[in-house]
Formats: sequence, structure tokens, C-alpha cells
Amino acid sequence: MIEANPSVLVVDENKIRAAIIESGLREAGYKNVHIVGDTFGLGRCIEQISPDVIVIDLENPNRDLLESMFQLSRTVKRPIAMFVDKSDQTSIEAAVDAGVSAYIVDGLTKERVKPILDMAISRFNAFARMSRELQDARDELAGRRIVDKAKGILMKARNISEDEAYQLLRKTAMSQNRKISEIAQSLVTAENLINDKR
Amino acid sequence: MFKVRAGFIPLTDSALLIAALEKGFAKEVDIDLELVREFSWANIRDRMAVGHFDVAHMLAPMPVAAAIGLSPVPVEILAPMALGLGGNAVTVSTSLYKLIQEQGYSGSLDPAEAGRSLALLIEKRRTDNLPDLVFGVVHPYSCHNYDLRYWLAACGIDPEKDLQIVVLPPSLMPDALSVGNIDGYCVGEPWNSASVAAGTGAILTTKSRLWQSSPEKVLGVTKRLALANPDILDSIICGLTNAAKWCGDPANHGELADILARPNYLDQPADILLPALSGDIAIMGKQSLHDVDFFMPFDRAANFPWRSHALWYYSQMVRWGQTAFNAKNVEWAAASFAPDIYRRAAAKMQIAVPAANAKVEGALIASTAVGAGNNALYLGPDGFFDGALFDPEKLEDYIASQKNERMTKV
Repeated sequence: MIEANPSVLVVDENKIRAAIIESGLREAGYKNVHIVGDTFGLGRCIEQISPDVIVIDLENPNRDLLESMFQLSRTVKRPIAMFVDKSDQTSIEAAVDAGVSAYIVDGLTKERVKPILDMAISRFNAFARMSRELQDARDELAGRRIVDKAKGILMKARNISEDEAYQLLRKTAMSQNRKISEIAQSLVTAENLINDKR
Repeated sequence: MFKVRAGFIPLTDSALLIAALEKGFAKEVDIDLELVREFSWANIRDRMAVGHFDVAHMLAPMPVAAAIGLSPVPVEILAPMALGLGGNAVTVSTSLYKLIQEQGYSGSLDPAEAGRSLALLIEKRRTDNLPDLVFGVVHPYSCHNYDLRYWLAACGIDPEKDLQIVVLPPSLMPDALSVGNIDGYCVGEPWNSASVAAGTGAILTTKSRLWQSSPEKVLGVTKRLALANPDILDSIICGLTNAAKWCGDPANHGELADILARPNYLDQPADILLPALSGDIAIMGKQSLHDVDFFMPFDRAANFPWRSHALWYYSQMVRWGQTAFNAKNVEWAAASFAPDIYRRAAAKMQIAVPAANAKVEGALIASTAVGAGNNALYLGPDGFFDGALFDPEKLEDYIASQKNERMTKV
């Protein structure tokens, strides 16, 4: 018999993403959620927790190991099957696109675990979006720093004001159809080369 | 140009796919090849199933396992081409190697000799009440798993009782060996040479000695592609075959090792990639041995998908209790390898191919020419180290004989 509250094991080396999935599952009312990140503890962890559902990220090389455990009754008591129903192609696609996969123990009905996978998919997608936004923000910040540096170089070299230096960068970028940060980067690189600061 | 997306696992035998892209063999046949590096065989399978990949670098038993319904995700794949012969080895920790040597093993890489000493050591460990040795393989449906088990069993070691076999990702094997989580493993290159170079492992024997001219990776293709675009598939096969020829030429081994070493491919130093390509295998420390057929990307019809190979792996799936023996499974397993497609593609590039779809494995004791004239083709030797023959026509007898005399000593 499977308990009313299925235990979920999240296998993810990315601690932040694992925490995001865990909190999502807890908010949705799943109280029995565990996270495992390291490589060699996986087998022991599964034996101890004996999870009903396992969620694993697709960048995890341990997927093959995990699937092999389902065959070896020595390590895992109950057989575990892939969550996605053989006919449920859209579900497989959504999961693979999001970069996540899930397994359940035999006997758990699809309706019971579908919300778990759906939650994992949406949290994986949210995490990917967040990482992208973070990267964009980092790029922007780095771009701003480089523009400041370039402005400084121009101000000193041509004895102009900060505003004039910025206008000059902007004009050059527009005429060459490139980003201001790219023009700034070329200038900084050139300056480093000339003054041999690498 | 037809866009083809291929998945691969960073291993030396992904060389054919990488060379096809980097040396322009794919472009020559009008294929715009995109390579996607993957993290697990399960990912390769899943992404084939959802249509992310048109073709992929695959373990030879994977299409067989999928055909007989062992795959947790349904995927219809065919193997119309093999990506080479051999390429694996069995590596043990240097401490285990010394213990095996104490039992008489000379370091010859001879599987029978190495196995005899290992069997003696296991017996001794049992009397001394020491824990079971643990060996790693990369996947339950991998040549590594079946080759290792075949070798052990033929040496009187029961892989189910006398030691423990665990699954680990290939790239983690050297670390697991060095910290003592496992005592040995059977894996593809460069992960044997990596442990030898690190001074933590020694090569005990090679796949080319366990079963000469035996299959390892295949090109997995979705049935969808094979049915809808036969011409495209032929082009892919031609491009990869030309790449195979290039990879097999000793003059190109240095360049190939440098290409494979790049961060977007194997991301490993070129000097640990070279041994598998050149056949100059470092065994332990400075000790090395030249093995002409360690890995063959092209010669000996290395790209021909023999049905006897598919059936041998099926016989081992039955042997180790992964599936049942029945006529349907035999039919499906055989059909998962598609020699007819390879033959059709080969005709377009005037490459000699075998006329038969299957052969008796172990029957060719020496390299044998088949065909004539410019198109002569050399096959084999293809023997198992214990001298056993595998006749795919007598599959049931073969399986029965392995059951009855499971642990006969060589």
C-alpha cells in the first residue's frame, strides 16, 4: 500500500534549483520531500527513504545509475517505473524540454503523481528563466562598468566631459551598427594593449 | 543541406560523429550535422523518443533492449551502422592489480590468465572473510556489462555471487576507483587510460581480447527518419563511413586526438586519448603494449551492423535474467540491427560489404578475405577468448548451454 502522502526524492546537484522544487512541493501539500545532491550517496539514500517518486535533472549523469537500481532488487525493494505513461507523449516532451525526468514506484496512479511532475516541470522552467535573467543582469552590469571605463579613457585622452565622452561612444556605436558596450570593450582592449596592462 | 541533429556521449568512440563534422565529411554529403553532447544514455534515449535527435551515438545493446520492450521510455530505433569494433578495457585499482599478480598473473592482458588469477584471489578473499570486490559498468544494457560478465563466468567467477557489479557514469569511474568505492571497472576510452595516467589503475584485459572484432557503439536512428527519409539516412551513413576511414588512418590519429580533446567534445588531454586510437595501450605506469585491434573504426567491416551481434547481446540479456527467451523477442532483437540499410548506402560509395546478415561468431580464427579484386573485404578474426562459438541459428542451444555450464573454468 502506498501512503496517502507520497514521499518524493529530488536528485539534483544544483542546490538552489533543488530548494526551489522542494519549496514548491511543500507549498502544494507534499510533506515528505527529500533532496540528494552528491553522487555516491544516491543508492544508500534511496534505500533509506524508499521514495514513491523520484525527480531527477537531465544534466545528472547518475540517471543511468538510477535506472539500473530499478532492475537490481538487491538495492531497491520495490520496482520503480518511469513516471510518464507510455502513451503520454506530451508529458514526456514537456519534461525533456524542461530538463527533468521522474520515476515512480509501481502502483502509484498517474493522476496522483501528475501534479508532482507538473510542479517539477514548471519549477525547472522558472529556474531556467531566472538563471537567464540573472545572466542578462550580470551582462548589463558588466556592460555598464566597461562603458564607464571607456568614458574615462576618452575623457583623459581627448580632454572632454563625461557627457561628451558618452555621446561620442553612442555616435560611433550607431554609425557602426554595434552596441555601445561593444565599442567600449574595443576601446578598453585597445587601451590595455597600448599600455600593456593585461 | 539537410539538418541532422545527433546526440553523443563524450567517449573516444564518438570520434566518427565528431570527425564527420570537423573534417567536413557530413558537409560533403550535404548533411548539416549538429552535435549535442549529453550526460547519460538515458538522456540520449529520451531525446530520441521525443524527436530532439535524429540519430545518436548508442551502446550496441540499446536498440536491442528497446526493440524487446526493456526501455522505460518507448522509442523506436534502428541500428543501420556500427561506429567501430572494440575500444573498451577492464581496469582495476593498482592495489588489486598487485594482488592479482600475486596469484600468478603475468601482465599479459590475456583474459584467461587474468581471470584465473582473479578467481584464485576471490577464493582467497572468501576464506579470509574479506568483502566482495565491486566492479563498475556504465549501463545495464551495455557491452561493458555483458562482456565483463561473460569473461568472469568463463573464468569460473559468478558475477552475481562472487562479486558485485554496479552502474556508474563513465567519467566518474576513475574517481570512484581512486577513492576505493569500486575495485575495478569495464568502460570505454579514455576512462581506462585516464586511471593509468593518474597512477591509480592498471588495465587487466581488453575487449579486443575478450571477443575479437566485437561491436561496441552503433548509430541509433529513429524509425521515423529511416522510413520517411531513406536518402538522407544513406547520406548520413556515407558521411560517417568516410569519417570512419579517416579515423582509422594512423596518419590522422594525432589530429583526431587533438580534435577530440577540445572543451566542447571530450575535454580531456590529447595524450590520454591517443592510446585507444594508436593501439599503444599503457597498462600500468610506463608499461605498455601494442594492440593492433584495440579499437577499429573502419577496417574488418567495422561499420557493418551484424545481426549476429544483436542476437549475441540478446542471448546475454536472457542469460542474466533481464528478459525472457521467445520467438518474438528473437525476431525483434534481430530486426533492431539493419544490415540491409547499410548495404544500400554502401552501394552508393562502392564500399565492399558482407553478403550475409549474420555470421557464426568465433568461427574466423584468422583474418579472412571475402569477395574479390579491388573490393576484397577482410573479416575477423572474431573469436571469443574461451574458444566458444556463437551460431545465431542455434540461439536456444547456446542459451541453454550457458545455463547448464554457467561457471565452467577455462
